[in-house]
Amino acid sequence: MTVTQFSTFVLAGQLYGIEVGRVHSVTKFQPLTEVPLAPPSVAGLLNLRGQVTTAIDLRVRLDLPPRGADSTPMNVVVKTDDGLVSLLVDSVGDVENTTPDQYDEVPETVTGAARELVVGAYTMADNRLLLALDVARTVDVGTRSAAPVDALTDSATK
Amino acid sequence: MNDMDEIVQEFLVESHENLDQLDRDLVALERDPQSRERLSSIFRTIHTIKGTSGFLAFSELEKVTHAGESLLSRLRDGKLHLTAEVTTGLLTMVDAVRRLLADIERTGAEAEHDHTGLIADLVALQERAAMAPAEQRTPAPRLGDLLIQTGRATEDDVHFAIREQEIGDRRHIGEILVEQGVLEPGEVAEMLGQQGDQFPQRSIYESTLRVDVALLDELMNLVGELVLTRNQIAANIVDSGDAVLLRASQRLNAIATDLQSGVMRARMQQINIVWQKIPRVVRDICVAVGKTVAVEMEGQDTELDKTIIEAINAPLTHIVRNAVDHGIEAADVRLAAGKQVEGKVKLSARHESGSVTIEISDDGGGIDIDRVKATALKNGLVNPVDLAAMTEDDIKALVFLPGFSTAESITNVSGRGVGMDVVRNNIEKIGGSIELRSASGLGTTVVIKIPLTLAIMPALSVSAGGHRYAIPQANLLELIRLEPEEAATDIQTIHDAPVFRLRDELLPLVYLHERLGIASARRDSDPFFIAVLQADDREFGLVVDVIEDTQEIVVKPLQKQISGIDVFAGATIFGDGSVSLILDVIAMSAQARRRTAVGPAPAQLAASRDKMLITNIGAHRRLAVPLSGVTRLEQLPATALETVGDREMLQYRGAIIPMARVSDVVHDSDPVAIDVEAPLQVVVYRRGERTVGLVVNEILDIVEEAAVVSADSAAAGIATTLVLGDRITELLDVHAAIIAADPEFFADETAGAAR
Repeated sequence: MTVTQFSTFVLAGQLYGIEVGRVHSVTKFQPLTEVPLAPPSVAGLLNLRGQVTTAIDLRVRLDLPPRGADSTPMNVVVKTDDGLVSLLVDSVGDVENTTPDQYDEVPETVTGAARELVVGAYTMADNRLLLALDVARTVDVGTRSAAPVDALTDSATK
Repeated sequence: MNDMDEIVQEFLVESHENLDQLDRDLVALERDPQSRERLSSIFRTIHTIKGTSGFLAFSELEKVTHAGESLLSRLRDGKLHLTAEVTTGLLTMVDAVRRLLADIERTGAEAEHDHTGLIADLVALQERAAMAPAEQRTPAPRLGDLLIQTGRATEDDVHFAIREQEIGDRRHIGEILVEQGVLEPGEVAEMLGQQGDQFPQRSIYESTLRVDVALLDELMNLVGELVLTRNQIAANIVDSGDAVLLRASQRLNAIATDLQSGVMRARMQQINIVWQKIPRVVRDICVAVGKTVAVEMEGQDTELDKTIIEAINAPLTHIVRNAVDHGIEAADVRLAAGKQVEGKVKLSARHESGSVTIEISDDGGGIDIDRVKATALKNGLVNPVDLAAMTEDDIKALVFLPGFSTAESITNVSGRGVGMDVVRNNIEKIGGSIELRSASGLGTTVVIKIPLTLAIMPALSVSAGGHRYAIPQANLLELIRLEPEEAATDIQTIHDAPVFRLRDELLPLVYLHERLGIASARRDSDPFFIAVLQADDREFGLVVDVIEDTQEIVVKPLQKQISGIDVFAGATIFGDGSVSLILDVIAMSAQARRRTAVGPAPAQLAASRDKMLITNIGAHRRLAVPLSGVTRLEQLPATALETVGDREMLQYRGAIIPMARVSDVVHDSDPVAIDVEAPLQVVVYRRGERTVGLVVNEILDIVEEAAVVSADSAAAGIATTLVLGDRITELLDVHAAIIAADPEFFADETAGAAR
């Protein structure tokens, strides 16, 4: 059975994963240069060994509550068509092996921006749920920001 | 003195002159060994001396010059290259000739000198010359021989292949043998390599090498990183106080600088790469529009960084198209103007203080000012009042506005919406500038100034809201520090747009923190810092919290998540390793333009808003002059002022017109000293045959605003008092002012009314 490996990380207590092949490196947090007027999920720019790299705060990107002031995020650096992009996460987990029989559709409980970015859920041996993210969509913050989508659903349900 | 003596005398004079020329020629030739002209000149001189000395029976002189001539003929025929050795030999020969001539002059005969050594040397040099080409002609070992020698193919195999070739197979022996299965393709390559090794060539072609551009780009990037790292080290090492480290750092500094310039040189290309296709472009347009145009070029070998060469390609082509299509007149028009039917387009390029200046000029009709005006009005790019106040240069600059095109008919050559605005944008994107010079009837010249390289540039770092930003120094004109109390008076708001009065000019201001939507870190007691920047032919002041320092930066592109933000042109890594954003000065200038734009689109002009010129009276009063009814705004030289009797008059367009000083009309109680040398700002009114001029002090601004009338005024010459842009401003009673200048100005009107 084909095994897919995921680099895992945690955001607001939930386990997420990105296919190992798309991950370039994992680095400690370093101070970011803020980018005024940028989409909200752009946390800033960092110097990644001489390359100017955009950092996206996944908490903002996934509409999760902001990270506490006392906690320091980690950089999960992913490869994209447009060079390396850093994703800010709460903490980094192990590389997990998954098989297709662990796969499920995205659960109904996943809502908002996350629904677009999560491509599947894997139930791990310890019953934790691993949400697999689509890298290309995750780093595409310009075309569709999370906020207007939410506003739309809100007004529609009310 | 007999005939013979006379001939000898002439020979001596002529020869001395020639020998001096010879010295100069030989030294020059050494610097420029390819110069056939100099070589021929030297050859002729020696040949003449040799011939005459034979005729006059100066045998020693003849022998020496003969040896020299032989050597020179080798040089002339290209069988020998001019080396330092050869030059020395030739100069020694010239010295010997000079000595012999001196003897003849003194004694009338050749003195006893032994020249066998010199002659032997010259012959030796000549023989070496004969050897060298023979060496080069040694043929390379043939591939077939090599294959047989190394046992990779039998003689029969090779003969088979040769026979195949003889009966018409055009492939190489290696290819045939590979097909026959005798050889592996790899073996052929190896043998060809060996063949090359045994036949080393030192031709010019072998001293250059093709390199992948991607590799050069990568090298450039690495050098950029090295420069940044060097800056980082340099910044910290001074504090360390370690002398050894400091020396090493200085050495690193020098090496990095050399390496940087070396890699930059490797990326240089001649502008000819872009230019060589221009003659064809011109020819095609000529065929399409039925003109004949000759192309001239100057400075084709001027070198520019590859990225810049690429960036200027399209704009240059566009300008040349414009020149041929719009600049050069039709044949009948040219003939009528007394010009040759064949038009001329000239391209020139030259290095000028760290940048390259490119000029594209044509000998066409020049920019038609009236047509530019008409088009600008028609396309709604400018309103009539502004236009009236514009100088010719301002009007010419209108062609750079988006949506401008003077082509009366759309041809398939140019004029399809891609206009000079795009050209200017492209040039400014690479930190260049573009300017138009035009003389009516004589032609147009487009002057482009561009930097040599883009990769590394000096930048000013500033901060706003606690963050640092970089501004390309190419855009920076000056820096101003304003204490808060100065700022209170010198920074004003003209209908919502802040401006700063800089040497009698109003400089629109952009607050960086506002533009970025962040909070300023400036405290009320801190000074204001204004960076005066230029882009798009326009100056504006960028107000920042702190001006830090200047650094050399490597421009890095922004990733797509943030590349859409127009105020940033890129990012860079400063010496301390921190990332900083580079401000896009052009985008900022566009904003300054929008906010302080004098007039909105002409469509809105029809609304009841009045345009008013704002001037000052004395030190404190502001006066508004309504511009409706104004014929022109002129700036005249102080010499235009004439005193006729007790009245001041103006020389204006070849006539003397009555004038009044507005400050007199409104009874300025607190007059500012008038600079008699300063140009006069004149508001010109015309009714029928009558023209008057109202001289105002400096023009502070031209505004268009629904003014709030605050009070009627009883003051002389004042119609009313307004509040314009938060400032109390008096409105001139134009009627009274004109009558003050020319009591008869409205005479026919009153007469007409009476009738």
